[in-house]
Amino acid sequence: MQVFPFIVVAWIIGVGLYGIATSRNLIHQIVCLIVVQSSTYVLLLGVGYVTGAVAPYFYDVPVHTPAVDPVVQALALTDVVVEAAVTALLLAIAIQAHKRFGTLDPHELAEFKG
Amino acid sequence: MFFAGAAGLVAFYLWGLLGLPGFGNYPGPYGPAILRVAVAQTQATGVVSAVNFEYRGFDTVGEEFILFTAAAGTAIVLRMLRGEGERSPVDEARDRDAPPTSNAVRTIALLFTGPVVVVGWWLASHAQTNPSGGFQGGVVLATAFILIYLAGAFLTFSKLSPTDVTDAVEAAGAGGFAAVGLAALFTGLPYLYNYLPLGQIPGAVSSSGTIALISFFVGLEVAAAFLLIVSELLEQTLLIRHGGR
Repeated sequence: MQVFPFIVVAWIIGVGLYGIATSRNLIHQIVCLIVVQSSTYVLLLGVGYVTGAVAPYFYDVPVHTPAVDPVVQALALTDVVVEAAVTALLLAIAIQAHKRFGTLDPHELAEFKG
Repeated sequence: MFFAGAAGLVAFYLWGLLGLPGFGNYPGPYGPAILRVAVAQTQATGVVSAVNFEYRGFDTVGEEFILFTAAAGTAIVLRMLRGEGERSPVDEARDRDAPPTSNAVRTIALLFTGPVVVVGWWLASHAQTNPSGGFQGGVVLATAFILIYLAGAFLTFSKLSPTDVTDAVEAAGAGGFAAVGLAALFTGLPYLYNYLPLGQIPGAVSSSGTIALISFFVGLEVAAAFLLIVSELLEQTLLIRHGGR
């Protein structure tokens, strides 16, 4: 069994989670969250991959050519868009937290009550 | 503490991994089933778009509204707070040597604006043909407005993309998608049923019925949502100041 893609997934999740756990800056934590999420793209596309198959587009190849799974590709596509929008929302919240409390350090922010 | 948690995660991950099919021989029933019937059923050669806008159309409606909510949430979080006013930034170091936008940046940004709009529309309108669609096209369309911001001043940018219009376009995009689905209900068909003529040639722009239409609305929605987010962030940086005007 070829496991290399799944090791990559575990590595990306691990690096991102380590960043979130140790970071002392909200912006940096949000970037780490993006890293964690990007592991889902690798996992989705890795699960749906079929050796020797083409992309699921039949514009210039015959219709019954073996192709990789289109469902996980559609999931990855919506994943990307949602991630971008949610990141914007998180960054907006970070801006307002900095404005209100003057710090982006999650340890110091925990001492304030909204 | 972290490493104890990480060890637990690794254990769970390995456990999950053992249940997965090996890399490169995906056996799942859905993908191959859709690949067998999609082109014949929808006349769309882009099967990913067919999955997004047809087979999983209902999920995509939900996903569309996540995007809508995130954009609205950003606008609400970045509203003008009490004790804040809008004014242009005052240069506090007047004697420093601040270079104006160079002519090279301006020219290149303006040169790219037209092609970027064309590419965006092309992507948004070819979902049924090739690896494109409303999501990708919408993001590219929003980029055109950001190029205008790069080329000129913020005020030109906000004049070209007034928030009222962006809001309306975003709502039209999200509502249009839902309405395409609802229209099927009125004729007694299931929600999001593909009721438009499918065309004869697989992969032609005019084929695939509602897939193309929904992709168009998604393009509008995504472009407007990203434009709204970018202009809210720019407004926050450039206009809103603590302590009034």
